[in-house]
Amino acid sequence: MADRSFSASRLPGFTATAIFVFIALYLPILMLVIGSFNGGESIGAWQGFTLSWFAKAWANDHVKDATIRSLVIASLAAVISTTVATMAAIATTRRRPFRGQTFIYLMINQPLMVPEIVTAVALLIFFASIKVATGYQGLGYLIAAHSAFCVPFAYLPIRARLEGMDLTLETAAADLYASPWLTFRRVTLPLLLPGIIAGMMLAFVTSLDDVVITLFVKSAGQDTLPTYMLAQVRRQISPEIYAISTVLLALTIVLLTLFFILTRKKD
Amino acid sequence: MSANEEAARHREVRNAWALSAPALILLLVAAIGPLFIMLVYSFLTPGQYGNVEWKFSWDAWIGTLYSRDIFDGTLKLADAHLTIFWRSVKLSLLTTIITFIVGFPTAWFIATRSPRSRALWLFLITIPFWTNLLIRTFAINEIIRNEGLINSVLMWMGVIDQPINMIYTDTAVFVGMTYVYLPLMVLPLFASIDRFDMRLLEAGYDLYASRWQVLRRVIVPIVRPGIVAGSILVFIPALGAYVTPRILGGGKNMMIGNFIELQFGQGRNWPLGAALSVLLLIVVTIALMFYVRASTKGTNNG
Repeated sequence: MADRSFSASRLPGFTATAIFVFIALYLPILMLVIGSFNGGESIGAWQGFTLSWFAKAWANDHVKDATIRSLVIASLAAVISTTVATMAAIATTRRRPFRGQTFIYLMINQPLMVPEIVTAVALLIFFASIKVATGYQGLGYLIAAHSAFCVPFAYLPIRARLEGMDLTLETAAADLYASPWLTFRRVTLPLLLPGIIAGMMLAFVTSLDDVVITLFVKSAGQDTLPTYMLAQVRRQISPEIYAISTVLLALTIVLLTLFFILTRKKD
Repeated sequence: MSANEEAARHREVRNAWALSAPALILLLVAAIGPLFIMLVYSFLTPGQYGNVEWKFSWDAWIGTLYSRDIFDGTLKLADAHLTIFWRSVKLSLLTTIITFIVGFPTAWFIATRSPRSRALWLFLITIPFWTNLLIRTFAINEIIRNEGLINSVLMWMGVIDQPINMIYTDTAVFVGMTYVYLPLMVLPLFASIDRFDMRLLEAGYDLYASRWQVLRRVIVPIVRPGIVAGSILVFIPALGAYVTPRILGGGKNMMIGNFIELQFGQGRNWPLGAALSVLLLIVVTIALMFYVRASTKGTNNG
C-alpha cells in the first residue's frame, strides 16, 4: 500500500466511519433474516431454529396469489421495458447528435426524476377514468405502469454496453455485404446481449420492489407481494412476513450477482 | 453528393425517432401524460364519493395552505398542513445532510481500496440499494422498536430500565430514511471520488496544506458533481417518501406523501391530492434545476 499515507488514513475517522456504515447497513437486515428462522414470535428472544414461518407463508393462499401476480407483472414489465429500451438505446447512441435527442433522453429518464407518489397519483386519476369508460379492471394497468417506470433501469445498462462496443465488427459485416438487419441480428445483437440481459434483470427487480405506484394503480384483489406485506404491518410484524422478506432478499442477491458477472469489464 | 449526404442524414434521424417511438409512447401514456391530467384535476371540485365533478374551482389550491372555517366560512392558515410540509422538508434536509456526513467517508473508503477489493465493497453497498425498500424499513423497524435490538441491548447492559420510545416519532422516520437512502448518496459520491487524481492530495500535502484545507480546497471542489448528485438523489425520494413514514411514523407523523394518499382514501378530496402532488412536483423541479446549474458550474471549474 504505497499510496496509503496520502489517502484514507490521512483523513482521520474515515475508515472507522465506513466500517460503522457497513455494519449499520447489514445488521438490521441480518436481524430480520435471523428473525425469519426463529422459533418464537418475538425477535428479541431466540427460541430455536425453525422453517415453520416459511412453511406458513408457503401455505398461505394470499401469499401464493400475490407472489404469482408479482412474478407475472415483473416478467412482462421486464420484457416490455427492455424491448423498447433496447430500441431507444440503439437510436440514441453511436450517432451524430440530432435535434430532439436531449428530449428523448429526458423522457426516458423521467421516471427517475418524478417522485413515485406523484406518478402514482397521476396514474390513479388517469386509470380511474379509463376503468369507468371501458369497464376493464384487469392487470393491464399495473403492467403498463410497471413497464413505463422500468424503462430507464433497462435503458442505462444497454446504453453503457453500446457505448463501450467496438464498431469495427459491424463495419466488417457491412463490408461483406451483410444487410443492415443481418448485421444487427448476427453481430450487434449478440454483442449487446449481456447489456440487454443486465437491463432486463434490473427492470425485473425494480418492478418486483415497487410498492407506491402498485398501491395506487391496483384494483381490489390485485395485491402484489409488496402491497400484501405492507397491508400486514401491525404494531409487531409477523415472522411470516420476515420469511417472505428473506426469500425476496435471496432472490435479489442472486440476480445482482448475475448482473455483476454480466457487466464486469474484462481487465 | 451533399444532397445525398443530407438525405442519408434525414433518414438516420427519422430512424432514430422511429426506434425511440415505442419507449416514448409507453412513457407518454403510463408516466408523463397522466401528470397533465393530474394538473387539470387540481382545478376541479371533489365528488361526494371520491373522484371529481367537472366544475372549475380554486378550492383545492387554496386548500393546500388554508382551511375554511365550518361556521363562518372564513379562511385561515391550516396549521396541520403547515406542520406536515415543515416536517417533510425538515426530515428530508436532515436525511440529506446526515447521509452525506457518513456517506462521504464511506465512498472515500471504497474508492481508496485496491481494485480487487473495491469491487467487493461496491457490491456490498449495491445490495442494500437494490433490496426492497419495504424490507429495509421492516429491518430498521426491528432495530428501533421498543422490544427491538437497541432497547434490548441497552436494557441488558443496565443502561436503561425502561425502553426508549423511538418508534412512531419523527426521529424514527429520520433514522429510517437515513438508513434506506444512504446507498443513493454513497454511489454517486464514489463515482466522483473514483475519478479523483490522488496525486493532487500529494501536491496539497507537499505545499504544507493541513488535512482540513486539503479536504475543503482540493477534494470538495473536485467531487462536487458527486455531492450535488447524491444530495438530489436522496432529497427527492425523501421529500416524497411514503412507505418509511407510514411504517415508522405511525398515523400521526405524516409526511407529504402520506398526506396525499389520505386525500384519495378517507379524505375523499381528489383535487386537493392532485394539487398537493403538483406542488411536490414543482419543488422537485426547482431542486433539479438547481442540480443542473450546480453540476454545469462544477465542470467549468474542473
